[in-house]
Amino acid sequence: MSNVDGNNGASRGLAEAAPKRSKDKGSPLRERLRNLGPAIGVLVGLVVFWELACRFLSVPAYILPPPSSIIATLIKKWDTTLASATWVTLSEVAIGFALSLITGIGFAILLHASPHVRRAIYPLLIGSQTIPIIVIGPILAIIFGYNIVPKVLLVTLICFFPIVVTTIDGLASVDPQLKRMMKTLYGTAWSTFRRVEFPAALPSMFSGIRVAATYASIGAVFGEYAGSSNGLGYVMIQATPQMQTSLVFAAILLLSLISVVLFALVSLAERLLVPWAKEGRS
Amino acid sequence: MGHADVADELEDATGISVAQVNRSFGDIVALEAIDLHVSRHQRVGIVGPSGCGKSSLLALVCGLDEPTSGSINVLGGHSAAERLAACAWMPQRDLLLPWRTVLANASLPLENKGLSKRDAYAIVEPLFERFGLGGFEQRFPYELSGGMRQRVSFLRTLVAGKDVLLLDEPFGALDSITRADVQQWLRSALDDEPRTVLLVTHDVEEAVLLSDVVVVISPRPGRIVARIPISLAPVNTRRDAVMQPDFIAARGEVLDALEA
Repeated sequence: MSNVDGNNGASRGLAEAAPKRSKDKGSPLRERLRNLGPAIGVLVGLVVFWELACRFLSVPAYILPPPSSIIATLIKKWDTTLASATWVTLSEVAIGFALSLITGIGFAILLHASPHVRRAIYPLLIGSQTIPIIVIGPILAIIFGYNIVPKVLLVTLICFFPIVVTTIDGLASVDPQLKRMMKTLYGTAWSTFRRVEFPAALPSMFSGIRVAATYASIGAVFGEYAGSSNGLGYVMIQATPQMQTSLVFAAILLLSLISVVLFALVSLAERLLVPWAKEGRS
Repeated sequence: MGHADVADELEDATGISVAQVNRSFGDIVALEAIDLHVSRHQRVGIVGPSGCGKSSLLALVCGLDEPTSGSINVLGGHSAAERLAACAWMPQRDLLLPWRTVLANASLPLENKGLSKRDAYAIVEPLFERFGLGGFEQRFPYELSGGMRQRVSFLRTLVAGKDVLLLDEPFGALDSITRADVQQWLRSALDDEPRTVLLVTHDVEEAVLLSDVVVVISPRPGRIVARIPISLAPVNTRRDAVMQPDFIAARGEVLDALEA
């Protein structure tokens, strides 16, 4: 934005701001769809290529089923298997993700508030990430059994880390000048936290939450692999040795659908809560 | 300009008193033997080369920092907390919060004081017209020009209601045309509502134009090398002010002291 405004700054600013605002409010949805256009085009092209390749190269369906047969299986097995499996996995993902939001943000605030706690815990937290999450699955299954608890915990564990790290970074990256200024404007530690530090951390926090949203379903599937009686991961592990490859693919499709919906919800929340992040940084 | 009379009237009242203040950062002596007396509602400009400790001096006065030795008194208070309570500090960058509207930004000090949003807005909103910001209350900072943002920042500083204003190169980030405009505006705003002002700047004209006294600080270690009283005939515009012989003479004196 240009700084050159003389005495007529006000009028010029108005003229400048007015069209900008209307443009912002114009048609964000249509614009987003237009931005998604190329990606959808590539996806459709790949699916068509896949279908044609399977048909013309006569690939056996147990090795690589064509998309049409995956969809057919999805519809056929929806009522008997897939609906309940999707519901089970969705619950694990949703509960685990919600738990990771609460614990992750809470933990980050705690570490931010106390440098002592931070020095004691933060290195351990980073170190804990060297443990592959896959090996934790069986241990949790041994401890908690075949119920929903170990799956939820795995989702929480896998989502927790990106949320904590980005939230702490966001809280710590607040301009020190801003905090000094708050001190001279009657700002207490609490008012500085809620009026400056927390809002300033939101963009960084949301980038962590978006990453976590894509990890969440991985946690649920690992949990189900380690021991379960239902869920999309369970369906995959049952279908694979039976060569029901199209059922495996149908489960994968549903799983990625869960991730996409979760990701979209997070993006929507971000647009509602942090609308200033795009334009606000100057 | 009138503020010289106000300063005479309040001559006995001390605004800021800095006595034999030293400030070192490790081996580096930033400020050395600083003595500075500012009467209540007096405006003192502080000029000096980059890195001479001007900003450190402001941080000391407003209680964000403590001197290595010496004492600082602001409106009778000596402790950091008392100084902090008396001073409002305005940095070079506007530091507006991008998630708050302009009105909410200006209301920040009142909200920090514990007023509800509604009460704070009711107090601050009527001031927008006078600051040339009428109609922009609900806009976000990114929608405003640099000059307007700086005025919002100044409004926020004033709303804090503190007697002592510490302005750290408040117009340093603005281009020269906007700066001239905002300088003139600040001069009249301070005439309307007198405050004790320490104005740090590297712009000699700005210091002469806005101050009753200009203090020149040497390169590190920062020492006060000159105090130049300014008395300009009351004029209406900045252009008239900078054309008058008194202004040119004072500017010459400050420049001589800077180069000495």
